[in-house]
Amino acid sequence: MRNNFDYNKRRQLVNKIAHILFAGASFVSILVLLILLSDLVLRGTKYINLEFFTNFPSRFASKSGILPAMVGSLWLVVLTAAISIPVSVAAAVYLEEYAMDNRFTRFIKINISNLAGVPSIVYGILGLSFFVRTLGLGRSILSGALTMSLLIMPIMIVASQEAIRMIPNSLREGSYALGASKWKTVKGIVVPGALPGIMTGIILAISRALGESAPLLLVGAFSFVSTLPKSPMDSFIVMPIQIYTWMSKPSADFKDVTAAAILVLMVLLLTLNMTAIVIRNKFHQTYE
Amino acid sequence: MKRTLSKKWISTILVLMVAVLTLTACNTPAPAPTPDPTPAPAKLSGEIIIDGSSTVFPITEAIAEEFRKINPDVNISIGVSGTGGGFKKFTIGETDISNASRPIKESEAAIAEENKIDYVELKVAYDGLSVMVNKANDFVDTLTVEELNNIWKPDSTVVTWQDVRAEWPDEPIKLYAPGTDSGTFDYFTEEINGGTGVIRTDFTPSEDDNVLVQGIAGDKYSLGFFGYAYYIENTDKLKIVKIDAGEGAVEPTFETIKDGSYSPLSRPIFMYVTEEALAKEHVMAFVEYFLTDGTELVSEVGYVPLEEAIYTEELAKLK
Amino acid sequence: MILINKDKMKETKSELVVHSLLLAAAVLSVFITLGIILSLLLNTFSFFQEVSIFEFLTGKEWTPLFANPQYGVLPLITGTLTVTLVAAFIAIPLGLASAIFLSEYSPPSLRKILKPVLEILAGVPSIVYGYFALNLITPLLQKLIPGTEIYNAASAGIAMGIMIMPLVSSLSEDALSSVPLGMKHGGYALGATKLEVVKSISLPYAFSGIVSSFVLAISRAIGETMIVTVAAGARPTLTLNPLGSVQTLTAFIAQASQGDNAHGTTSYYALYAVGMLLFLITFSMNFYAHRIIQRKKEELVA
Repeated sequence: MRNNFDYNKRRQLVNKIAHILFAGASFVSILVLLILLSDLVLRGTKYINLEFFTNFPSRFASKSGILPAMVGSLWLVVLTAAISIPVSVAAAVYLEEYAMDNRFTRFIKINISNLAGVPSIVYGILGLSFFVRTLGLGRSILSGALTMSLLIMPIMIVASQEAIRMIPNSLREGSYALGASKWKTVKGIVVPGALPGIMTGIILAISRALGESAPLLLVGAFSFVSTLPKSPMDSFIVMPIQIYTWMSKPSADFKDVTAAAILVLMVLLLTLNMTAIVIRNKFHQTYE
Repeated sequence: MKRTLSKKWISTILVLMVAVLTLTACNTPAPAPTPDPTPAPAKLSGEIIIDGSSTVFPITEAIAEEFRKINPDVNISIGVSGTGGGFKKFTIGETDISNASRPIKESEAAIAEENKIDYVELKVAYDGLSVMVNKANDFVDTLTVEELNNIWKPDSTVVTWQDVRAEWPDEPIKLYAPGTDSGTFDYFTEEINGGTGVIRTDFTPSEDDNVLVQGIAGDKYSLGFFGYAYYIENTDKLKIVKIDAGEGAVEPTFETIKDGSYSPLSRPIFMYVTEEALAKEHVMAFVEYFLTDGTELVSEVGYVPLEEAIYTEELAKLK
Repeated sequence: MILINKDKMKETKSELVVHSLLLAAAVLSVFITLGIILSLLLNTFSFFQEVSIFEFLTGKEWTPLFANPQYGVLPLITGTLTVTLVAAFIAIPLGLASAIFLSEYSPPSLRKILKPVLEILAGVPSIVYGYFALNLITPLLQKLIPGTEIYNAASAGIAMGIMIMPLVSSLSEDALSSVPLGMKHGGYALGATKLEVVKSISLPYAFSGIVSSFVLAISRAIGETMIVTVAAGARPTLTLNPLGSVQTLTAFIAQASQGDNAHGTTSYYALYAVGMLLFLITFSMNFYAHRIIQRKKEELVA
């Protein structure tokens, strides 16, 4: 006969063990992050100096720098943002404010959420066929930016949609009551109100574009670029691709250079993400 | 998902960024007096698009880097699609210069003619295509051409090192080689297997020789081949194999490559330039620099410079 | 959605212009999908004029770039499968366990640390995971299991598992936090331990959300390119052995695009055929995952 007391004791013990296991699993993530960061810091910090930021890549590890990669990334991000932000916000505004709830609208919404799950390299294939070849834009920043825009638009649209949805209808109806037209309402009340949420979404999408490399393997980057781009039609290289190129070099020095570049990229991304969070927290308003 | 971010996190990040900036400041060496570079002629500017062989890449990269110091406004982009990949773009006018570790094929030349692309073929150096094993490999010293053929031919029955020579370990050979777009690949298969592209298919291919170096360096029982320069740069990780073509084992060195005794794997490597590109001042300047001052860099990178007379000959082709 | 009856509001001309522009922006997404499908479909069609679908799907050798090309895609599929299995083996247990811990066991102070850490992990670019795989995991694996090749599926799989774990964790956590408190408290009232409540109440309730998170994470792993290109190898091998070099569907696409094969050749079309296959696999998985959630939502409303 099982002793009730022991039975309960055992249940508690099993629960305790499970608790520890679950906690352990969560801490694996911290552990991994620490291992990765410490390796990067140990290897890479010796290369982080002013020259690293102002040099071009070189066959010598000590003379290599990330200047063209950073400038290329900047160009790519600015161009991508310019293309994708208006279209994404417009699409989100349409879906939330103008569209009627019919099959067509639902179809568009499902389509967008499916696009968000398409592998990034498939966007690369599309970019290669359409922008590089069919439109003849070649392996230029413009092709890269267009391809990246396609990649991040679904994310931006969904984030903007959510931000717009948070605006309570009472605000809209108040505007209509004062005689404002639909567009005036959207322009003056809805979008400004949803702006923090939209901006958060934009920043997160942009940081995705900054770190993404697979589509650019197909659409763009060269192994060696000697000057900075001066127009959207120029050839380019970006941070993740530079890291990829350096990573293939077997010498230990170049592995250290790679680590340094990764550190810079991660600090950049971290800063972007923090900015997004700060915006989200500071401007977030709950509506009664 | 809302998440409150405590002030603690923000300050942690700020500290991180300050740390990075401090590191930058600490690591920046005191500015050393830089000697004046050779006085520049009228500033050239323009773009040069180069693609092709990964074997030739180190030379082009080195020369482009030095050329840039004199002419910083010339934008040089270099890709490594492989000799074949480079020609595919070159013959349809997408690139100005194509690096090649083998001469252009008739079929490729025909495409160029079709597209009205006139070009100049320039020899730039000698390469000793080198066969490599892992540094810890203590049993392989020499391989005969016949053994190489046995290992690499299609339908090869060789799986382990023992299949090559009975006294060698019974361990599977891990094969690494340039991919099908590589001129090195073409040259090796032509010389060792008797036909371009004739090769077994279960090896790890890459157009980027660095990937092959890493592969061989990481596997005790590996075997691979690529340009000599990639060996020179990684002597601490790779062991070079002497090749016996019937006249005794020859190790690739500057001398044996230059005088051809390292056979059959000594070969010239090339640069092809379109006439249209040469008509541009900055491209002409780059190519001229390549064949004059640039030749010093050839040996630094690990290839064998041609005889001075030949360089002069090649330069003459440009007029 | 606006509650005002739209018919009663006449749109002025400028309003109409604005409306049309916004509509165009939304419809653009449909064109993107069409663009993807078309660019893949047309070239895939050309591919299947040279190679039979049967040979493609059942052939055991993938050597499209060689002299006597073989177009059996199975080695690429086993390559993707091997890496994905390793990744799932890591991400699913760790992700689910983290989710359970975060939603059921963890004190709020710990959550404040763990959740940002998970978000940081999720935001790390895939190329960095590639670095992690090649330079940290591979040497370790080679020491632990001699005979591990330098380019192997396991390293890539482990790194990938860590990359997608936050996805599993956050989606599962969302699912778990949607369990009505009343149900859970009912369990506690009956004297159940936390583990028992989780096992018999929370998990079954959140089951569809959790399964959906698994499917989405796996779909993400299948579509990932950089980690496998850098660390898993370029040798299509028909094997499930994670210690050897393989090539995945995505790595092949990356490789084929570098060489830039001549237009119009079968090996050129092979890139698109593989792209099409990849698109179909990930699309159906995503569709399935969303359907699970959709059906659950309908169930709740009913």
